[in-house]
Amino acid sequence: MSLLRRREAGIALALLAVIGVTTLVQPGFLLSAGGWRDLLLTPAILVVLAVGQAVVVITRNVDLSVGSVLGLTAYLTGRLFLDAPDLPIAVVALVAVAAGTALGLVNGVVVAFARVPALVITLGTLYVYRGITLTWAGSDRIDAGDMPRTFLRLGTQQVLGVPVLTIVAVVVLAAVAHYLHTARGGRQLYAIGSDPDAAALAGLPVRRRLLGAFALGGALAGLAGVMFAARYGTVSSGAGTGMELQVVGAVVVGGVAIFGGSGTVAGAALGAMLLLTINRALPVVGIPDFWQRAVVGALIIGAIALDRVLAARRSRRLAAARDADPPDGPAVGQRTKEATP
Amino acid sequence: MKFTSVVAAGTAVVLSLALAACSGGGDEGGGGDDDVVVTMLPKNLGNPYFEASTAGAQEAADELGVAVEEVGPDAASPDAQVPFINTAAQQGVNALVVSANDPTAIGDALEEARSAGTKVVTFDSDTEPQFRDLFVNQASAEGIADKQLELISEQIGGEGEIAILSASANATNQNAWIALMEEKLASDYPEIELVEVVYGDDDDQTSFDKTAALLQSHPDLKGIVSPTTVGIAAAARYVSTSEYQGEVAVTGLGTPNQMREYVEDGTVEAFALWNPTDLGYLATQAAAALVAGDITGEEGETFEAGRLGEYTVGADGEVLLGEPFVYDASNIADFDF
Repeated sequence: MSLLRRREAGIALALLAVIGVTTLVQPGFLLSAGGWRDLLLTPAILVVLAVGQAVVVITRNVDLSVGSVLGLTAYLTGRLFLDAPDLPIAVVALVAVAAGTALGLVNGVVVAFARVPALVITLGTLYVYRGITLTWAGSDRIDAGDMPRTFLRLGTQQVLGVPVLTIVAVVVLAAVAHYLHTARGGRQLYAIGSDPDAAALAGLPVRRRLLGAFALGGALAGLAGVMFAARYGTVSSGAGTGMELQVVGAVVVGGVAIFGGSGTVAGAALGAMLLLTINRALPVVGIPDFWQRAVVGALIIGAIALDRVLAARRSRRLAAARDADPPDGPAVGQRTKEATP
Repeated sequence: MKFTSVVAAGTAVVLSLALAACSGGGDEGGGGDDDVVVTMLPKNLGNPYFEASTAGAQEAADELGVAVEEVGPDAASPDAQVPFINTAAQQGVNALVVSANDPTAIGDALEEARSAGTKVVTFDSDTEPQFRDLFVNQASAEGIADKQLELISEQIGGEGEIAILSASANATNQNAWIALMEEKLASDYPEIELVEVVYGDDDDQTSFDKTAALLQSHPDLKGIVSPTTVGIAAAARYVSTSEYQGEVAVTGLGTPNQMREYVEDGTVEAFALWNPTDLGYLATQAAAALVAGDITGEEGETFEAGRLGEYTVGADGEVLLGEPFVYDASNIADFDF
């Protein structure tokens, strides 16, 4: 536990360092009303996606279709406002989340029942879902003027200095973190990711849990689509293209092991904040546009290297603890509880 | 979509045949104006931009007393226009007004149509020059660069820092315009300083975030010029919901539907683009002038284009529509594309 804790603390420290240095160069980055708002608001959508992705990755799977699901549900949101102007905003949001859930379930069903690797399936649905959006939208586009002002205002509105979208992201994060940490189903997700075969042998409902994980990932991508429409105000058929890689990057940087079984959604959320804050900070401190991608790449590779080092050190420690205290030592108990990689 | 386009094409065939029957063969060209049939072939149907240009074509046709038929594919793929060109050629329409989806893919079909006596005018998007008689160009690079500088200079009071939010770093059009703007800034606008050019990749989200970064890193920024429709809408959206609204001017090339919201809430004073209605109008006028034999597409020839006045054919058979059109609060309600 302490190692994982430390990992998240490390990301949080890195985040604070980035904010601190950038604020020294340009005080408005943190201290102006707009700077403060953007700091909290910009990562909100990616945080929601990263929470969903973390749940899927913890089960030793991956969902590459989230960018396309976001695009499809964002367009659906705009379309609903255009074609059914009388629908309340909450209903539109619910429909989009339901659509996202359905799209996520499609991934889950194929992965859980056909036993095809999630990487392949979701790579396929990435194109299929994007194709649906392209066919549906064509050269059409949802403009800010097509959506109600009250909805668009949600994209930037603040309550006590905190943007509404950030509050949504925090609520999602808290709820999912609580479930993963305390609920039986949540713990089973870690067990499945640690060792799928052992989980099945132990009688865990592996298929049901996988379906649940993909459905949750889809639902959160649907929610992110609604947030995208509110925040950006323009939805074309290309909305969210390439976002899946950003999300996976955020999850990995946030300390969720890509081979499943360990990591927390809080870490993934911090990873998302770190990536996007660095993206915004680099131009402010004067680093040219083109270097940003390289920095993000270095960060991802660094995070994976750190994972390896931590995992190796940890297994050495566990082995040492086992040798020192052979029968039923505390290390064994801790191991099952935490489901290390 | 498929169904409607088939119906549209079918209707066009029937109508053209009927018209051809009435006139006893539509191939005679410059006779009575009533006999002239012009086929309008946009990149795709159901595209508001081309609906505007077809409205202009219709307006010109009504003034000239010629018939205009619109046909087109439902998706703008490179060779989707070929069957429509073949059909038009077989019907022997007098002129074909095309916005090409591809500079070469429709070349053979156009050549066939021309050998059957059909005059070919391209507008909005050209083919290789040998495949058409005239190209009606919506704007010149100089015109676009000048107009954008004129707008931003007006909006920031002639002095201060500006930045450019472009499409991708290798977008040919945008780079040509930016280079021209840089030249003009140095020579004609010494009080305006271009502090940075950033690239939003023609992606809403990236452009939006780049706008935020621009405003953060240049606290004295007075204006943003975005010569791309995606960029200007994203920049306007960011500025409209920030404390910079009314402080930082946003202008560039945009479409009325994307920008309506921001012109109405005062974020954007004015922006530029060509007027697609005028473009369709001029293309149809030019087609009629070709059919009537007033011009042949040689450089230096002139023709009268109704309410737009007199035009001269330039090098390579190009006719330039003119300066970009400025959209602002007074006229944006008249446009829907």
